[in-house]
Amino acid sequence: MSSPAVEAVDVRRSYHLDGVSVEALRGVSLRIDPGEYVAVVGPSGSGKSTLMHLLGCLDRPTSGMLRVGDRDVATLGDGELAGLRNRTIGFVFQSFQLLGRTTALDNVALPLVYRGVRRAERRERAEAALTAVGLAHRLGHRPGQLSGGEQQRVAIARALVGEPGLLLADEPTGNLDTGSGAEIMALLDGLVRDRGVAVVVVTHDPEVAALARRRVRMRDGLIE
Amino acid sequence: MRAGEAFRVALGALVANKLRSSLTMLGVVIGVAAVVVLVALGAGAKHEVEQQVEGLGSNIIIVVPGKFELGSAPTISRLTLDDVDLLGRVVGDERRVAVSVASGENVSVGRRETFVTVNGVNENVPNVFDRPLARGEYITASDVDTRRRVAVLGSTVVRRVFGDVDPLGRQVSIAGVRFRVIGVFAPVGSTFGVDRDTEVHIPVTAAQRLFGVDRIDALAVKAPRADDVEPLQGKLTAALRDKYDGEEFSAVTQTQILGTIGRILGLLTLVLAAIAAISLLVGGVGVSNIMLVSVRERTREIGLRKALGARQRDILLQFLIEAVLLCVVGGLIGIGLGVGSSLLVAAVSPLPAVIAWWSPALAFTVSAAVGVFFGVAPARRAGRLDPVVALRTE
Ligand SMILES: Nc1ncnc2c1ncn2[C@@H]1O[C@H](COP(=O)(O)OP(=O)(O)O)[C@@H](O)[C@H]1O
Ligand SMILES: [Mg+2]
Repeated sequence: MSSPAVEAVDVRRSYHLDGVSVEALRGVSLRIDPGEYVAVVGPSGSGKSTLMHLLGCLDRPTSGMLRVGDRDVATLGDGELAGLRNRTIGFVFQSFQLLGRTTALDNVALPLVYRGVRRAERRERAEAALTAVGLAHRLGHRPGQLSGGEQQRVAIARALVGEPGLLLADEPTGNLDTGSGAEIMALLDGLVRDRGVAVVVVTHDPEVAALARRRVRMRDGLIE
Repeated sequence: MRAGEAFRVALGALVANKLRSSLTMLGVVIGVAAVVVLVALGAGAKHEVEQQVEGLGSNIIIVVPGKFELGSAPTISRLTLDDVDLLGRVVGDERRVAVSVASGENVSVGRRETFVTVNGVNENVPNVFDRPLARGEYITASDVDTRRRVAVLGSTVVRRVFGDVDPLGRQVSIAGVRFRVIGVFAPVGSTFGVDRDTEVHIPVTAAQRLFGVDRIDALAVKAPRADDVEPLQGKLTAALRDKYDGEEFSAVTQTQILGTIGRILGLLTLVLAAIAAISLLVGGVGVSNIMLVSVRERTREIGLRKALGARQRDILLQFLIEAVLLCVVGGLIGIGLGVGSSLLVAAVSPLPAVIAWWSPALAFTVSAAVGVFFGVAPARRAGRLDPVVALRTE
């Protein structure tokens, strides 16, 4: 069997606040294969974002094992982890997280900066990524000059520009109206289908969840 | 990430906050400029004094009673004119020994008067010091022997009491006694705004009667050759100690005076530079402060960059370059301002200024170091931010 895009085995994550310990994840096992499209649903506070941060190597589990590709995250240093994020993972956030003073093109090119890609090639690839999300005419615009839907499309272009194997989207339509949300999800679906990218999307929207071939339901830090 | 990229990002952040960057830089600018100016003034003062002491002539030994220390209270002198003979025998030539007894007196012609230092001297002064005359004659041995009331004046004194009138052969009143002007010194200009052409020389014998004293204040001996200076110093003081029952005398050379002045001015310069350096330090603290604010403001940006693959090192570098850039640009402007102000001060005020090549170089290095020193803490804080926490920040 080929190695998974990402795999969590009995991971736990607890937070300590003023001596009180909160268990955000209480033993979660999950395997995402390359090219898979998975929706994570569940009530607020059930640990969905915490899981996404772990799958995206932004955070480390308190216990349990986490593998990205064939690499055990526990064996990697912070620098290697950053490199792993850069090469294999794309993030889409609910609040877009674009740099306000920076053009759409430079926002999209940002992951390539940390990969040491030269400027000319960065421009070329960022332009292609923006064209793929239908924003070829908005390269020089700053986030403030774009609609919410357009901003999220820039964020998707940024997530895909480095050709990651895994795309993590935490409530990507949460800040959008229904129409733009549906558009964004359709766009995302089309893009990843072509490229064989594994997708994990956290959502409250039943229509969005319906797009996924597999659904994971969370409650109280556990997968139901 | 490439270093050039970090540089571009840092520059972009500074340019995006032009006003804040400029104000932060101002602290460094002022600090560096202050260091450059004060060092230039200190070096200028030292240079000026050295030139002046060297201008006296070479191989001169000044003999004074007591221990020679700048700033110490003068010792009551027991030296007399007989000591010219004594020291003359030590040197082997009496013409190489000059004397001085000085007092502040009123010098006047009619209603024009000025208060200056009047020096009683012997005829050997021109043999010892380089102090050429513009006109007339200097005091002779016969003037000294016969206590003749003649005077040689500095050019400023002439201007003050005679105006445009030719002073040679005319009478001048010194402490109420009439003297005849026989010579005028060539002008030497001023130092630190103090006019050095206010000298009045009269025969030492006439001076002693005028001041009502028997003593002389100091003797000056011109050694025949540079090699003779050191042995002579010992012999001169030994001869005087013998004569005055073991009393202390000092024989100092220009080199020693220069050394003492150099040490004092060097110390002064150092103290001034240290005070200026404190303002540079305050500038550095300002940079540190602004960098901390900047890190806090851009927490979300830092979180995002990390999520996209920035390593701790990349973030640290970005913020460190930002701090160093602030300081280095501030430093360069400060050097420009400092050099400019020094030249301006030298041009419009009596204070001399000398820009030593090392002072801007040092100021630049120090400001870069200040950037690193004060930038490192905020930059490390930025580098260490937890991306999950950072992304949550509003
Ligand atoms: N940094 C943190 N410190 C303390 N508690 C946290 C932190 N992050 C999340 N939690 C807690 O962990 C639980 C799960 O949070 P989260 O993963 O954000 O839920 P969801 O995304 O499903 O709404 C919540 O109870 C939340 O309060
Ligand atoms: Mg959440």
